[in-house]
Amino acid sequence: MSCRCRVRGVTPERHSRILQCMKRILVAIKRVVDFNVRIRVKPDGSGVMLDGVKWSINPFDEIAVEEALRIKERGGAEEVVVASIGPADCQPQLRTALAMGADRALHVETTEAIEPLTAAKLLLKLVERESPLLVLMGKQAIDDDNNQTGQMLAALWNRPQATFASKLELTDTTARVAREVDAGLETLEVDLPAVVTTDLRLNEPRYVKLPEIMKAKKKPLLTLKPDELGITLTKRLKLLKTEAPSVRKKGVMVTTADELVAALKQRGVLS
Amino acid sequence: MSRVLIVAEHAAGKLSSATARCVRCAGQLPQADITIAVFSADGAAAAEAARLEGVNKVLRIDAPVHTHALAATIAPQLAEIARGGYSHVFGPSTTFGKDLMPRVAALLDVPQLSDIMAVESEHRFRRPVYAGNAIITVEVDEPLIVATVRTASFQAVGAGAAAAPIETVTPSVALPTHTRFIEVSAPSGDRPDLQAAARVISGGRALGSAENFQLLYKLADKLGAAVGASRAAVDSGYAPNDLQVGQTGKIIAPDLYIAIGISGAIQHLTGIKDARTIVAINKDGDAPIFEIADIGLVGDLFKILPELEALL
Ligand SMILES: Cc1cc2nc3c(=O)[nH]c(=O)nc-3n(C[C@H](O)[C@H](O)[C@H](O)COP(=O)(O)OP(=O)(O)OC[C@H]3O[C@@H](n4cnc5c(N)ncnc54)[C@H](O)[C@@H]3O)c2cc1C
Repeated sequence: MSCRCRVRGVTPERHSRILQCMKRILVAIKRVVDFNVRIRVKPDGSGVMLDGVKWSINPFDEIAVEEALRIKERGGAEEVVVASIGPADCQPQLRTALAMGADRALHVETTEAIEPLTAAKLLLKLVERESPLLVLMGKQAIDDDNNQTGQMLAALWNRPQATFASKLELTDTTARVAREVDAGLETLEVDLPAVVTTDLRLNEPRYVKLPEIMKAKKKPLLTLKPDELGITLTKRLKLLKTEAPSVRKKGVMVTTADELVAALKQRGVLS
Repeated sequence: MSRVLIVAEHAAGKLSSATARCVRCAGQLPQADITIAVFSADGAAAAEAARLEGVNKVLRIDAPVHTHALAATIAPQLAEIARGGYSHVFGPSTTFGKDLMPRVAALLDVPQLSDIMAVESEHRFRRPVYAGNAIITVEVDEPLIVATVRTASFQAVGAGAAAAPIETVTPSVALPTHTRFIEVSAPSGDRPDLQAAARVISGGRALGSAENFQLLYKLADKLGAAVGASRAAVDSGYAPNDLQVGQTGKIIAPDLYIAIGISGAIQHLTGIKDARTIVAINKDGDAPIFEIADIGLVGDLFKILPELEALL
């Protein structure tokens, strides 16, 4: 990981050598319905309404992009590559990540709904191509709320995972990660390469400025198909129906602390 | 018959209530035969697990590396045990379980279900998506189903009549050394556990400072309640991260939840929907928290809090 190659006459062999030894961070991002959109279930139970909604980078993934860029800006990495799996429509989100400052983008194009295990298998193929020292991604996507893909990738790659990160420090060979766990903050040290999944308090992503958006249009974006990566998409989870959650009964309003205590006693919550 | 393997969560030798909630969920599978695996340094929580109602067997996996639970070391062992004829492997949807179970599933090359909230059949479950704005029914046609259990959806089982047998096992898998525990800081360690408490008082951005947030602790002590917080309160540094309630914090189901100066963003509400009684105190009568509250009080929290304290 400490080797340095210089780009001169770039033959294909040389190019792949450069690819091998550059200190690279791979960031996986997912296009999701923006967190401000009020989600409504379709009356026929076939899913949620997605017509005309606003799409964004999953907020956790945006934090992962930001963290990768900060590491690069501190000299801890030489290249930030963003990757997304999804339909052609997810390219605007990849362009946004490029506008934030990522160097290249990889788009694994498919219109199929991708289960976390499949996403992890596809990402593993990208990891094998890119040999990153670190893979960063959000701890969960706010559509399916699965919180699985990073852990699965780490398992398939046989590498460490540090999930729910709220602080990340890198050395040449290790990462020290503060994790937001139920008990408080846990610190782990993991050998690199590793997978780190981000929590919300890791950083605040930058705003992209217009000139960057223009520049990002010229940055390389490579589209790959799952079968080019040697992955056959399979569906192992069957979605039978989607329903609206049950609604709570309308409550009562009180006007003073006294009335509040009385109401609580009446409900039997306080004695 | 369903042969269910549940991974125990424990701390300081005590079993977490999350485990007893997983047992309740597992018990809803047809003809469930339930085994609990306890990974620890000294097997401390094994006896407690064996006493849970409905548990048929406890497996003790004792090793010094389990002094602090690490997904990297537990996953290959749990996967190895799971290969021994189990139909389901469950863990709680706590940070412990969420970290661990996907790693187990990937090692077994099976998909994982997150946050199951209802059992429809051996292969069919319900779970929330989109921060609880939609509930999906999912079928998994696999001989082995790995899942995390949304603990707020299931009551903890109590102690049974007789203790289940405890067996010590040593899965023969190589353990990685690439992941090392350094430390854990537990700022709320001596307070009632938010995920197990019957009463919770939460504060939001409106508290305005860490000092003001302390007002909640006084009221909480009077009620024997745990203290929670909105993300805004945690982000602003008024409360430590382990108090965050919501989509990306803790999902809780207390008998009583009192939200003070919390607007009721959808990401917060998803964490409290299962509370039996929700009380909201907010100066804005149009705050969305009132749409879900059983008892609402519009007013200034700094005036109401001392009044409440005096009344209790
Ligand atoms: C991906 C994602 C995940 C998230 N996850 C979570 C999560 O897990 N948990 C969570 O809580 N949030 C989460 N959020 C954030 C959420 O969207 C809200 O921003 C947050 O919950 C707001 O916190 P709040 O209600 O304390 O603050 P605000 O929305 O600012 O509300 C403050 C409230 O206090 C009231 N108020 C002000 N002064 C007084 C007073 N003197 N007396 C009485 N009332 C007063 C105001 O009327 C207002 O309603 C998430 C957001 C995103 C994008």
